[in-house]
Amino acid sequence: MFDLTGKTALVTGASGGIGGAIARALHAQGATVALSGTRREALDALASDLGERTHVLTADLSDRDSVEHLVPALEEAAGQVDILVNNAGITRDMLALRMKDEDWDAVIEVNLSTAFRLSRACLRTMMRKRSGRIINITSIVGVTGNAGQANYAAAKAGMIGMTKALAKEVASRGVTVNAVAPGFIESPMTDALNDSQKASILSAVPAGALGTGADIAAGVVYLASDEASYVTGQTLHINGGMVMV
Amino acid sequence: MSDIAERVKKIVVEHLGVEPEKVTENASFIDDLGADSLDTVELVMAFEEEFAVEIPDDAAETILTVGDAVKFLEKNTQ
Repeated sequence: MFDLTGKTALVTGASGGIGGAIARALHAQGATVALSGTRREALDALASDLGERTHVLTADLSDRDSVEHLVPALEEAAGQVDILVNNAGITRDMLALRMKDEDWDAVIEVNLSTAFRLSRACLRTMMRKRSGRIINITSIVGVTGNAGQANYAAAKAGMIGMTKALAKEVASRGVTVNAVAPGFIESPMTDALNDSQKASILSAVPAGALGTGADIAAGVVYLASDEASYVTGQTLHINGGMVMV
Repeated sequence: MSDIAERVKKIVVEHLGVEPEKVTENASFIDDLGADSLDTVELVMAFEEEFAVEIPDDAAETILTVGDAVKFLEKNTQ
């Protein structure tokens, strides 16, 4: 089950915790993985850890030219993209009254517009091949909202709408488009919380624990697999029961 | 048949998987050749690639038959 041998996956934001876990999991199923991110050392470290079947591509996803070149560069290095994981994301949290236009624009650009552009760049070959997987990493916040994250919540909700629209457009061509919505996931950010902050977060999670990058990666592997060919336009919530929709 | 018409026909046959005999000048992509809206977009992109031209959206909307495509390309390519 879930064998990805012979497939090439592009994972954006692979220098982060969740992105790294996704890249590891896809690689473990046999895929060739292209790691894209801003922090070269982190990408190189992950690539050398994984060994064969890896490519490292540095890209600044806030720069449109950089985004335009990403997919052609990968196609030259590793061939056509079979699995695109739009995982890269940034936050610029601030209550709306104090949120600057630049903070709004930057988050929409990197989290939403870049995901669209990369999807468009990959879709043409996927449609020709009559197979392909696009997996957008959104967030529970895109469904529930969160004070201080109007920009991030808008981008993540936008991603879910985009996922559904693209899924309808390309379903007849054997290409599926789905989203994965993580809840609270262990990260350097949650490590920095004190015990009472952690307890307050966990009180909202029926499973009683934070999720891990591996929890998210398992969902991505499933959606990337041939076995999930009849699943499209969906948002898979991985959140320990924190929100059930 | 002109060189352009031959190349157009080849693309249409390959892309839509139809019999070459059906790809006549008056054949409509959607009504006669079974294309859906996504096919027509893909065909336009395939023409753009093959003939190294840009086909603007308003022009693409007027390309409904094989003959329309040939006429547009004859006018807009060297």
